[in-house]
Amino acid sequence: MKPYRSLGAATTVAAVAAMTLAAVTASADPVMDDELVINEELELMTDTPAPEHLGGVLGETIYSGWRFRDTETRAMQKDDFDNPMFLFVDAGLAAWDTPEGAANQSCADCHNSIEDSMKGVRAAMPRVNADGELWSLENYVNDCRETRMEAEPWGWNSQEMKNMTAAIGLQSRGMPVEVQIDGEAAPFWEKGKEMYYTRFGQLEMSCANCHEDNFGNYIRSDHLSQGQVNGFPLYRLKDQGAVSMHQRFVGCVRDTRGETFAPGSQEFRELELYVASRGMGLPVETPAVRH
Amino acid sequence: MADNVKPRVRVPKSASVDEVVVIKTLISHPMESGQRKDRDGNTIPRSIINRFTAEFNGTSVLDATLEPAISTNPYIEFSVKLPESGDFKFTWYDDDGSVYEDVQSIEVA
Repeated sequence: MKPYRSLGAATTVAAVAAMTLAAVTASADPVMDDELVINEELELMTDTPAPEHLGGVLGETIYSGWRFRDTETRAMQKDDFDNPMFLFVDAGLAAWDTPEGAANQSCADCHNSIEDSMKGVRAAMPRVNADGELWSLENYVNDCRETRMEAEPWGWNSQEMKNMTAAIGLQSRGMPVEVQIDGEAAPFWEKGKEMYYTRFGQLEMSCANCHEDNFGNYIRSDHLSQGQVNGFPLYRLKDQGAVSMHQRFVGCVRDTRGETFAPGSQEFRELELYVASRGMGLPVETPAVRH
Repeated sequence: MADNVKPRVRVPKSASVDEVVVIKTLISHPMESGQRKDRDGNTIPRSIINRFTAEFNGTSVLDATLEPAISTNPYIEFSVKLPESGDFKFTWYDDDGSVYEDVQSIEVA
């Protein structure tokens, strides 16, 4: 009898432990007892007071998506050696110095060192260009490729583009997201906001239905984040590869069973501006690691 | 010939004698297995890193044979105890005859 009794006791203990764990997990979203310190030296805030324009819809504090991820995923982002995105960053840095196109120019020929010239660029994207159009980082990269290098533009979600935007984004890591939403950017921002609250697809879901009303809740085997975009392009474990912001937008709209907009479309660039503005104050985490 | 092959190594800068030190290595490499075929049905030739070695002050620490089933960007992590300061030398041997090397120093006190 003795072995049975001890087995029973052990089972009970395990069951209690499992229940406790479940209770803790449910109330631990976003994770409150971890800090994002990269390579044991660069500390990145993963929460910050919500920007005023939100009017309190996300409460007083906004949280990085990092705070909604599992322990192992959070750890991957803490060490650049363990962060798989750095293979793509390396490829992007190599491309920065590689002359291409009919003009046989590299990015470095005009911009010199990526560390100096691209610092802060990602934190302010997307922004209104000299012609009054709203441009994302990808637009600027391709504009350089076409007009200065006389090279073929890269596809919005091509590996080459994501390598480059990751390498450029890294130069802003730790700098707070600060996009312009007033003045000439205001009309674009308003349209992006309208889109954020518009229901799409057969499921009739807006961005806000998940990322505003239900962040922290469990859906599709994952924890819903606030949909912050300060870590893009990032490594997505599900895809085993780099994922751009518009790629994720496409995925979300598709999941509502809707016809999606094209990556790089006017609609998605406006949405990018609005979503970026919801994370103003959070540091750029590019390249992040997510599920 | 594999493109964009780049070794990466993480060795702590310092350690104490007989401390267990974790060494992380990764080399970006496609590791083409030789089992796949292209669109026209032709076999894509095998191109992998077939051997990895680690030496500390000239003494062999690890000598591994890598096989075609190992995936892209092989990552090898191992632990060592070091008796003295010195240099770690890591070497990767490619099917195409290329040899990639990295050397890292560690202070042991």
